[in-house]
Amino acid sequence: MSALIQVENLIRDFDVSKPWLNRVIERVPKAKLRAVADVSFEIQERSVYALVGESGSGKSTIGRIIAGLVGASEGRVVIDGVDIAEQGSADAVRSELQMIFQDPYASLNPRWKVRDIIAEPVAVRGGQIKGLAERLLQQVGLSASDAGKFPHEFSGGQRQRICIARALASNPKIIICDEPTSALDVSVQSQVLNLMTDLREEMGLTYLFISHDLTVVRHMADRIGVLYLGSLVEEAPRDRLFDAPKHPYTRMLFDAAPRMDAFGREVEPPKGEIPDAINPPPGCPYHPRCPLATQVCKEQHPAPRMIGETRVRCHHAE
Amino acid sequence: MTQPVLSVRDLVVEIPTRHGILRPVDGVSYDIAAGEILGVVGESGAGKSMTGNAVIGLLDRPARIVSGQVLLKGEPIHHLKGAALRKLRGRRMGMIFQDPLTSLNPLLTVGDQLTETILEHLDLSVKQARERAIAALDEVGIPAARQRIDSYPHEFSGGMRQRVVIALALCAEPELIIADEPTTALDVSVQAQIIALLRRLCRERGVAVMLVTHDMGVIAEAADRVAVMYAGRLAELGPVRDVVTQARHPYTAGLMASTPVASQGQKRLRQIPGAMPRLDAVPAGCAFNPRCERAQSRCAQAPGPTLQTCDDRAACWFPITHEQEAAI
Repeated sequence: MSALIQVENLIRDFDVSKPWLNRVIERVPKAKLRAVADVSFEIQERSVYALVGESGSGKSTIGRIIAGLVGASEGRVVIDGVDIAEQGSADAVRSELQMIFQDPYASLNPRWKVRDIIAEPVAVRGGQIKGLAERLLQQVGLSASDAGKFPHEFSGGQRQRICIARALASNPKIIICDEPTSALDVSVQSQVLNLMTDLREEMGLTYLFISHDLTVVRHMADRIGVLYLGSLVEEAPRDRLFDAPKHPYTRMLFDAAPRMDAFGREVEPPKGEIPDAINPPPGCPYHPRCPLATQVCKEQHPAPRMIGETRVRCHHAE
Repeated sequence: MTQPVLSVRDLVVEIPTRHGILRPVDGVSYDIAAGEILGVVGESGAGKSMTGNAVIGLLDRPARIVSGQVLLKGEPIHHLKGAALRKLRGRRMGMIFQDPLTSLNPLLTVGDQLTETILEHLDLSVKQARERAIAALDEVGIPAARQRIDSYPHEFSGGMRQRVVIALALCAEPELIIADEPTTALDVSVQAQIIALLRRLCRERGVAVMLVTHDMGVIAEAADRVAVMYAGRLAELGPVRDVVTQARHPYTAGLMASTPVASQGQKRLRQIPGAMPRLDAVPAGCAFNPRCERAQSRCAQAPGPTLQTCDDRAACWFPITHEQEAAI
């Protein structure tokens, strides 16, 4: 097995400074928000890699960097042996990669017919599009006659199927799914998740699955990375992660997630919230909320280390 | 049995449109007792928010209650309008909405908004109202309430804002709180905090809570009883443990089976074919019959099943009995 996507020491900073005149008058320095802080991981071909984390953890930014929608500040992303930051070379891999977004109401052009929406990724490259939309619509469980309709004629779940059909049009190897079912009802969510599983088997796809929903991630992923404030705090194969979470943040996430079998559960809810990303705490970003934190956590950001198959960034995990 | 805080009896809400009359809420009945959390679940368009809005008198025109009753401690309130309704709202019924940023006024400090509500409903001096506002913020777990009372909503994080909204709903000590998707916009760790807070307040103050959400996990953890809605009607109503583990209505069973459960592996999810009918095309008889695998000819004939005409829990002519479920 070879790694299809390699992400190495990826860093992305956003400039969130005030306008320069305010900076001069109020004497405030430039402000930086580190959305992605030194993240490295590999995605194997034909596997599903999931990134989970709460809002502001940088999961969507990583997806957008890999898709080439946002540049990296430092570090590199190598897809199929090609560094996507290099001029000219990125086009070669771009057609192998497609994205599915969260909101199927915002990601389809309301003035275009479904046929044109689905065929666009192929049409812009001058490919053959006759009958393509019809074939893809059938593949995602809609009917070929839907190609002549407009997006408003479809429900949320059907729209997400159209988004999937569009993502499949250019015959990609990799699909980046950014919260693909968060906007859908559960019964429709299960339809879309099952469809994604089927397509993966049929077409040999590789997914990068970005979600905040642990139950969905457990259902879909082979390997999972947990993000907190831009850092990859823990990474492990699915069963390893769920059976033996190592990082205190991962454990907190598992405990906090609502469970169907936990009637009237009385547990102490987690303390605190994600800190401000512009002024992150020094040392380990999780230490102000962490039950295991000691002096070393306040001073040093832990380096990644391996415990069995799990890669964890924590001084005290064992 | 003591009198329930809220009784809804055969509530019907209609929206007249050019293409005919739509019924987003169609004959819904339930009670909520003091200190009880009733979860109302359903998919989008099931009428769960509409029911909550009808109870508190927030229906937007042209939607209106055409029949049925809403009783607050035995008093009918569904016909109230204007000032009489405003006096009730906030004082005896509080409301928590999904998005805490849009339900707070960005131009007023949190303290101003709380004291305004308190002064409106309770006979207190401005100074006493402010003390009470600080106490309310303290109670919902906002650290350093005395300092933060003069902050604006944008200075709070999402979870803290939702706490402010809860404080606002609670400050006049209402008997009933309607929480419409209170944790949907929040992260899981904050969601767990807010649920724990709601449950604590419910227990300590004896407030009746109607918790509207689409998240079965939240319902399972927070609610005492659960009402499952489908196409404007109640599909199932019962104690939360029974409904989640031994669903009687095929729709509830499908909903449970299609929710990915953390304790099960990468099995294929069960799916319910099709989607919820549009309000202008609700099928005759049982609204779920075209999607139901147990449907028989009787299911497509009017009148459709209701909780009163079928068994006491599921509005279904052929409910799943537990013995059958064990066989599957």
